Amino acid sequence: MSETTFPIHESFVAPASRAEEAVSPRAAATAEAAPQFYLTHEHHPENGTLFGFWLYLMSDCLVFACLFAVYAVLGHNYAGGPTGAELFELPLVAANTSLLLLSSITYGFAMLEMQRDRLRMTLFWLAVTGLLGAGFIGIELHEFAHLVHEGAGPQRSAFLSSFFTLVGTHGLHVTFGIVWLVTLMVQSAKHGLIPENRRRLMCLSMFWHFLDVVWIGVFTFVYLMGVLP
Amino acid sequence: MSISKLVRAVSVLPAFLLAGCNMVLLHPSGFVAAQQGHLIVVSTVLMLLIVVPVIALTVIFAWRYRQSNTAATYAPDWDHSTQLELVIWAAPLLIIIALGALTWISSHTLDPYRPLRHVEASHTAPVAVKPLTIEVVALDWKWLFIYPEQGIAVVNEVAAPVDVPVNFKITASSVMNSFFVPALAGQIYAMPGMQTQLNAVINKPGDYEGFSANYSGAGFSGMHFKFRGMSPSDFHQWVQSAKTARRELNSESYMQLEKPSEREPVRRYSLVDTGLYDAILSQCVTPCPN
Amino acid sequence: MSELTSNLMGRLTWDAIPFNEPILLWTFVAVALGGVTILGAITYFRGWGVLWREWITSIDHKKIGIMYIILGLVMLLRGFSDALMLRAQQVLSFGNSVGFLPPHHYDQIFTAHGVIMIFFVAMPLVTGLMNFVVPLQIGARDVAFPFLNNFSFWMTAFGAGLVMMSLFVGEFARTGWLAYPPLSGIAFSPDVGVDYYIWSLQIAGVGTLLSGINLIATIVKMRAPGMTLMKMPVFTWTALCTNILIVAAFPVLTAVLALLSLDRYAGTNFFTNELGGNAMMYVNLIWIWGHPEVYILILPAFGVFSEVVSTFCGKRLFGYASMVYATVVITILSYLVWLHHFFTMGSGSSVNAFFGITTMIISIPTGAKIFNWLFTMYRGRIRFEVPMLWTIGFMITFVIGGMTGVLLAVPPADFALHNSLFLVAHFHNVIIGGVLFGMMAGINYWFPKAFGYKLDPFWGKCSFWLWLSGFWFAFMPLYVLGLMGVTRRLSHFDDPSLRIWFEIAAFGAGLIALGILSLIIQLVVSYRKRESLRDTTGDPWDGRTLEWSTSSPPPAYNFAFTPVVYDNDTWADMKKRGYVRPERGFIPIHMPKNTGAGFVIAALSALGGFALIWHMWLVACVAVATMLIAVIVHTFNYKRDFHIPAGEVVRVEGIRTRMLASHV
Repeated sequence: MSETTFPIHESFVAPASRAEEAVSPRAAATAEAAPQFYLTHEHHPENGTLFGFWLYLMSDCLVFACLFAVYAVLGHNYAGGPTGAELFELPLVAANTSLLLLSSITYGFAMLEMQRDRLRMTLFWLAVTGLLGAGFIGIELHEFAHLVHEGAGPQRSAFLSSFFTLVGTHGLHVTFGIVWLVTLMVQSAKHGLIPENRRRLMCLSMFWHFLDVVWIGVFTFVYLMGVLP
Repeated sequence: MSISKLVRAVSVLPAFLLAGCNMVLLHPSGFVAAQQGHLIVVSTVLMLLIVVPVIALTVIFAWRYRQSNTAATYAPDWDHSTQLELVIWAAPLLIIIALGALTWISSHTLDPYRPLRHVEASHTAPVAVKPLTIEVVALDWKWLFIYPEQGIAVVNEVAAPVDVPVNFKITASSVMNSFFVPALAGQIYAMPGMQTQLNAVINKPGDYEGFSANYSGAGFSGMHFKFRGMSPSDFHQWVQSAKTARRELNSESYMQLEKPSEREPVRRYSLVDTGLYDAILSQCVTPCPN
Repeated sequence: MSELTSNLMGRLTWDAIPFNEPILLWTFVAVALGGVTILGAITYFRGWGVLWREWITSIDHKKIGIMYIILGLVMLLRGFSDALMLRAQQVLSFGNSVGFLPPHHYDQIFTAHGVIMIFFVAMPLVTGLMNFVVPLQIGARDVAFPFLNNFSFWMTAFGAGLVMMSLFVGEFARTGWLAYPPLSGIAFSPDVGVDYYIWSLQIAGVGTLLSGINLIATIVKMRAPGMTLMKMPVFTWTALCTNILIVAAFPVLTAVLALLSLDRYAGTNFFTNELGGNAMMYVNLIWIWGHPEVYILILPAFGVFSEVVSTFCGKRLFGYASMVYATVVITILSYLVWLHHFFTMGSGSSVNAFFGITTMIISIPTGAKIFNWLFTMYRGRIRFEVPMLWTIGFMITFVIGGMTGVLLAVPPADFALHNSLFLVAHFHNVIIGGVLFGMMAGINYWFPKAFGYKLDPFWGKCSFWLWLSGFWFAFMPLYVLGLMGVTRRLSHFDDPSLRIWFEIAAFGAGLIALGILSLIIQLVVSYRKRESLRDTTGDPWDGRTLEWSTSSPPPAYNFAFTPVVYDNDTWADMKKRGYVRPERGFIPIHMPKNTGAGFVIAALSALGGFALIWHMWLVACVAVATMLIAVIVHTFNYKRDFHIPAGEVVRVEGIRTRMLASHV
């Protein structure tokens, strides 16, 4: 049987309540015998937003993990059609990648400005990030359109289905990120860098960097390994 | 209350005994199925070593420690005993170690892809006979059996001589099915564009039920066939009856057969196209686009 | 113009409504009449305002928990009707008789039965219990993300609604509850059935995933001071592990259903027979979700049993630490066993053996838990209240199911038993004997906390005995049939010697039907006798955990003052050491506001799902776009909370003081 000592919790030794101390008459008399079983001031549990968002991000990571797994299994099923080596244009992909990686850096700048409480500069760097992201999406859409035009659309083979889905899902996430970013810019401009908006910007930050990491995976396993003979 | 629970548990037993003669998995006619049935019994007995005491203790404790029984000891703060915990974790662990070893070994010896080393429990000498090859195609909603060496094909009926190992090569034409003859051996999935294999042997002559064990659509309930164990001479006769059938199985008649239909009667073909099964497997019976 | 019509109406035509099918037509009439009656009653009693303000828009975890359980029980009626029809067909359809359900219907019914029971009965019941109980057990006022909680519920409810719609508009999938391709692909299931399946599960799945995130954050961040992880009640531990499983498993379901829908809508080739697709990939992915899913269902039930055994034996739970470790081990191991669902797919003997062995290893911590419950009973003082009866019934029934599960984990044995009625008996054994019995125990146990009065014990016991005997009669014959080589999902048989077993099984189903009827009677009778069953103290069972320290039902804010925790079995500890309830000094309490945003966004997603099912592209686009806009608009709402004034707290606590004083 567990024997516990009964420390009085530090947060109610000196209660900072707005009302009178909440003490039941009998408890006051027997304060030595019965420990304090409740807090007498308002208790604010730790804010769970960043943690909760991180949990969501891990679930999203799992979605990408599944798509990578599907790509790994089906990625060589060309069905007599074109292969990655034949299709991927690495210079375009390099441009794409640079834009996205740069956008992560600029988001970092935005966060630094947010720490320094400088709304205008925060908004500036967010805007740059959004533009770089839009550039990434633009190049990707161009790539997709070109592939479809060449008869290498997602219906052509299992390889292409998994390619388009993996890269496309990533692109869809970036697109949602841009929509979110614009929304946050409006909200920050409207309400300032209040704690709520800071939390949201932190969440978007995690999201944006996460997409960057996923892209590094895509870039490596799909494009670079795809062009190997 | 506990008595009636006991009665309920026990009353299911006669049912098991009554049905004993009918439970094909425990009284099969093929060596592979017999080993699997034996495994089922051994595993169950091993686990009953834990399960029966647990059920008994549940009933006993429920009865003995009921609130109205003030004679029983009441120890409200007793919630830990290292020794008991060790037993609680160790006893199932030991059973699982035994079962695990059994699993590892039997999974390898009863691997459907593994050619048979023996045809019967009593035969200690390895198999001297060349296995019979039968190619199986699960269609919507019937079974096609092709005998490449004999040059025949049959719908919804398959035969093999007794004590001769059979090597089944299995595929499907459209959706996933499962090739299963409970009296013969375990099942294995039949999948389009892919081949699975099953090695089995029938030890007693007779007609046995075969069917698909994976739901495949509207005609699924009618998708059964007969597996026939025969003496070698009877088997030879059976092959001859197919060889002399006026029907031929080639790509055209196969494409007709492939169309969805249910509860097809047994039909025998003399096989013309020896590459038909491979074409079905690579899903190129009609010429492929590439 | 016709292109506009086809964009608007897609493939939805009047043919979609089953005018020529009497069973469906009469069901629709009954549902319509019942629906009109309920809607009429609400209108008559001027209940719409209350319904909207107090329930539909509520972010209170207690109300959301209750709504989940109502959803689960209502869907139980639908899922069980499916079961009765299946049993009836399998009794009647022998030889020349074809029964009353042609394969076209029968195949939808067994698919719907599985989907509904897992996703819309078991999951809501489990989620509902966790939602209601966990914040109370950890001394919190609500969950970490109350709005998300409301949204999650409505996503689940609308998912259920879509499945129900498939009865009357179009049809459901005819693929089995996991919809394996190629059968579920566009080539072999071109109709709307599989699309109903996909969208109802995707919508409900989002709800479940968010719920998982919510409860993990709640348990990690919002425990009362002093409640370290190893001082949490066991139900909260199992809830934590369950929600970790949810967050780790449901994304896989989302991904694989998305891939299936791409195959069906966009012509991709993930799981097709041609152009490089591989249906085995689907089977792997769906079971990588599917196995953790069944642990998501059973772990909360195990948690319920831990609470119930400890309370009704008047003892601390035996081996708390060992229970926690066992739960964590089960959680981790549940990811390493998925292949045992398809040993027969030809993976090779070493792979099969590995997964077989990992599956068996799970039985070790599970067995440890059963022993721990057993030794909690040992030298206890057992009160056979209804929750305890369900627990004892579980202990006897579930071990058989566990045993047959380990048997099926031996690959060569599985080669003979896979997809047979033996398998069907096994999983019903563990799901009914484990999950359902646990939910019944939990509902009976926490009902007084939720509603302020106990459930009538007589009808509770009737329900229990009918369910217990019904289960055994319904499923033991199925074990026999499996050993006789009978496979599952058949709508017709030729061998008359099988019939007696199906008749016994149908008898069992009848007993279960009576058990469900007893549950309904229990609910009605208890409501009518509620004054005599009233729980005035908030602690009707001499409970041991924090939820029993509140009134029944608890106030909106749960605890006037946040509790401070010193030991396990916190409430028992408090009672033992002279806890006195505070009667003065109340302060304003910070609470989240109700909102209709969750309901609206969920409704839009359901509309979008319906539109996608029927290829109503325009409607789908509009629905999705509106949903996006609604989400963005919602984020512009910064004023999501308020304070309950101190005076209100004084009033509510005063009511409780008087009620406690009136208790003799």
